[in-house]
Amino acid sequence: MYVAVKGGEAAIANAHRLLADRRRGDRSVPALRLDQIVEQLALGVDRVMSEGSLYDRELAALAVVQARGDMIEAIFLVRAYRTTLPRFGYTSPVDTGAMQVERRVSAAYKDLPGGQVLGPTFDYTHRLLDPELAAGADVEAPAQRPVEAEAMPSVSSILAHEGLIEADGDMPLDHVPGDITREPLQFPMARDIRLQALSRGDEGFLLALGYSTQRGYARNHPFAGEVRIGEVELELDIPELPFAVPIGSIRVTECQMVNQFKGSAKAPPQFTRGYGLVFGQSERKAMAMALCDRALRASELGEDVVAAAQDEEFVISHSDNVQATGFVEHLKLPHYVDFQAELDLVRRMRAEYEARESSDTAEEKREAAE
Amino acid sequence: MDIATQSIEGGFADPVFNAQTVFRAVMDAMARPGSVQALSPLAHPPAPLSATAGAVALSLCDNDTPVWLDPRLQAEASVKAWLGFHTGSPLANTPADAHFAIVANPAEMAALDGFSQGTQEYPDRSTTLVLLVDDLASGPSLLLEGPGIEKTAMIAPTGMPRHFVEQWRQNNQRFPRGVDIVLAAPGSLACLPRTTRIKTMEA
Amino acid sequence: MNAQPTEIATYNFAYLDEQTKRMIRRAILKGIAIPGYQVPFASREMPMPYGWGTGGVQVTASIIGPDDVLKVIDQGADDTTNAVSIRAFFKKVANVAVTTETAAATIIQTRHRIPEHPLTARQVLVFQVPIPEPLRFLEPRETETRKMHALEEYGLMHVKLYEDIARHGRIATTYAYPVKVEGRYVMDPSPTPKFDNPKMHRSPALQLFGAGREKRIYAVPPFTDVVSLDFEDHPFEVQTFDQPCALCAAENVYLDEVILDDHGGHMFVCSDTDHCEKRRADPTSPLWGGRAEGAGGGSLATPPTTPTPALRADPPRKGEGKEAE
Repeated sequence: MYVAVKGGEAAIANAHRLLADRRRGDRSVPALRLDQIVEQLALGVDRVMSEGSLYDRELAALAVVQARGDMIEAIFLVRAYRTTLPRFGYTSPVDTGAMQVERRVSAAYKDLPGGQVLGPTFDYTHRLLDPELAAGADVEAPAQRPVEAEAMPSVSSILAHEGLIEADGDMPLDHVPGDITREPLQFPMARDIRLQALSRGDEGFLLALGYSTQRGYARNHPFAGEVRIGEVELELDIPELPFAVPIGSIRVTECQMVNQFKGSAKAPPQFTRGYGLVFGQSERKAMAMALCDRALRASELGEDVVAAAQDEEFVISHSDNVQATGFVEHLKLPHYVDFQAELDLVRRMRAEYEARESSDTAEEKREAAE
Repeated sequence: MDIATQSIEGGFADPVFNAQTVFRAVMDAMARPGSVQALSPLAHPPAPLSATAGAVALSLCDNDTPVWLDPRLQAEASVKAWLGFHTGSPLANTPADAHFAIVANPAEMAALDGFSQGTQEYPDRSTTLVLLVDDLASGPSLLLEGPGIEKTAMIAPTGMPRHFVEQWRQNNQRFPRGVDIVLAAPGSLACLPRTTRIKTMEA
Repeated sequence: MNAQPTEIATYNFAYLDEQTKRMIRRAILKGIAIPGYQVPFASREMPMPYGWGTGGVQVTASIIGPDDVLKVIDQGADDTTNAVSIRAFFKKVANVAVTTETAAATIIQTRHRIPEHPLTARQVLVFQVPIPEPLRFLEPRETETRKMHALEEYGLMHVKLYEDIARHGRIATTYAYPVKVEGRYVMDPSPTPKFDNPKMHRSPALQLFGAGREKRIYAVPPFTDVVSLDFEDHPFEVQTFDQPCALCAAENVYLDEVILDDHGGHMFVCSDTDHCEKRRADPTSPLWGGRAEGAGGGSLATPPTTPTPALRADPPRKGEGKEAE
């Protein structure tokens, strides 16, 4: 007798129970605490906050452990929570020039006001697995530098003194910031909307696209004008108050890419910019974002659109990893109704093909015989 | 009662379920043009805004939807305060900026083509008109046909805009652009989406 | 982690917040007013993956109320895993009554099928849509397809269908078969088999379509013309099956092919599980094509009828339902 091979509620419940078991693993091993994840897997937490578009370390840590370390699944969990939260308002633009900098490097200048600050970087570490870390060795306290009296102006503002770099883009005073989580996308996009999409875009996807521009698919001659990581103040305008109210600080990574530009019908020769800004510490993402941002400004700057990285609709439509993974993985859902329809069609077409072939063969034989 | 008190009272007693009830009535009415959907008074706005029109506004309008009020409603500070408090909707400066327009005196209203018609690419970006009418049965009869109507439907709202049949014919001709209408009567509502054609109108 | 759940995260009633519901409700009303036109909406992230019915879930969550009775099907079946999962979601977040019975439901959310049982004016059918743009595989750019819809420029679609005929002798599209709605917009009916297309035409039920990942909502009001694209010399045809359902003997219904062994043995059974179970449980049921007056559903002498793409299921004929053996 035919028994439908279909899942029921019991099967789903059992699958989830098994998932919970596998997530917990060996019960004799202590369960992870959220503070351990926040403290010791901080860059993973940062990525989840950044691509989840929600700055909350504890929730991101919960998502990481709930997702068993699957980053896109964790990002998805955070997004699905974020979407239910009410919107109270929008902060004023952050001033990254006033950042409490922990790391700041410029590839464009040997030295510059505020200096080069390496900060907590993997750069120049030798990638040798560290058995002492596995043994849980004590870690010495970091060296401290005195608080810098000197300001750390951004490299783009240094270049701006010579008039050799395009000005910061500006928006009309009454500009209401767009919000890609509240409005459907529409192409072509304003740059503020596009930067939002890039900032929550998949790190791997943007990395590959940024890399493709370096290899000649729409090369844009980039210099890492500056990468900086640190804390910035957030302020909120409240209609009843005459001044902006500080509501806290967040850690961000910013990349200002400076790109040589020969000029076009639309713009004179100068340095142009690509911009990257993400929550937490992720230079790779911020730099890849800046490369993509610059590539996507092709039309604005009068460049030919010749490569994938310059194609706004292509890049932005496919940069969201939660959307991408959902649609790719939905292929494992049953499709047998449509498959049946295709099966029927292919069977008929195949039968006709074979009938045609055999009549052709018969024809040839007869002709050969004649 | 002062305006401040009036503006705070009279909202939905149960915002989640009341909004759903009103929306389903509007959805059914929009899907079946000319059908009259009963709706008990769930909102109690200050006059001349009616309970039905007020409930429609509460269920569909918020700070993303500029609302235009006809002069009769604009003249009432309490109406503006009530809508502002309960929906957060900004007031549209002109009919052409409005996502919704609430009209207490349809007979004197501005022409339909003065409202946002949407664009050929985005015909959804047009104004939805909420017209306050006294009833849906004792005015001139409108014989309706189009999507949502099996054969024909009949409705007879009172106090409709001047030259309505001709204006509506022009609205039809702008399709896919055009406005859609919610007729808000005491205790009931009906809709005329832009696809509905008016066949005849008896005197 | 503590064994006790903490207050770290809480969710709203029916998952969607009221502002989101209003936004979706406004899109639904515009969709109804412009049949077949895809209304952009600010689709939210849902607690299930994109591509798994997030558009349909958002539409259902925005229209559903305490008096509704919800049915969820996937591939025509109530007990496929994703249908079970979505039904459980609504039971959990909205505490609504659920059913597997087509006739008892007020809202039916579906993926890939339209129920065999004729729908009524008190029902809403909500489709889950993966790619709402019927022109997408001819022109991947939204900026271009939007212009085509605006100008009612559908030549590309006709060229594609005609190329099919030139190359294969027939239109080689079996599901997601494009339709024209009320003589204006070309619309994707979602990946239902074209067998179901005629059910959309002048259906008494309201049909709503939600595409979450692609952020589009569209609608077909009741009693609206939905015409499958075709050519005079190649009229639209639906799939026909050579044999009836092996379980309930229904004809003129959509069948799933079930593999019985690894030697090519197979049988065909109803894709619509509710329809099949009802017929098997009650041979006097009106699902027997309304001609069940003969006792025991045994109007077995009924002469064979010409298969037509009608909604009606005809009674079984003698000896049928055994062919798979």
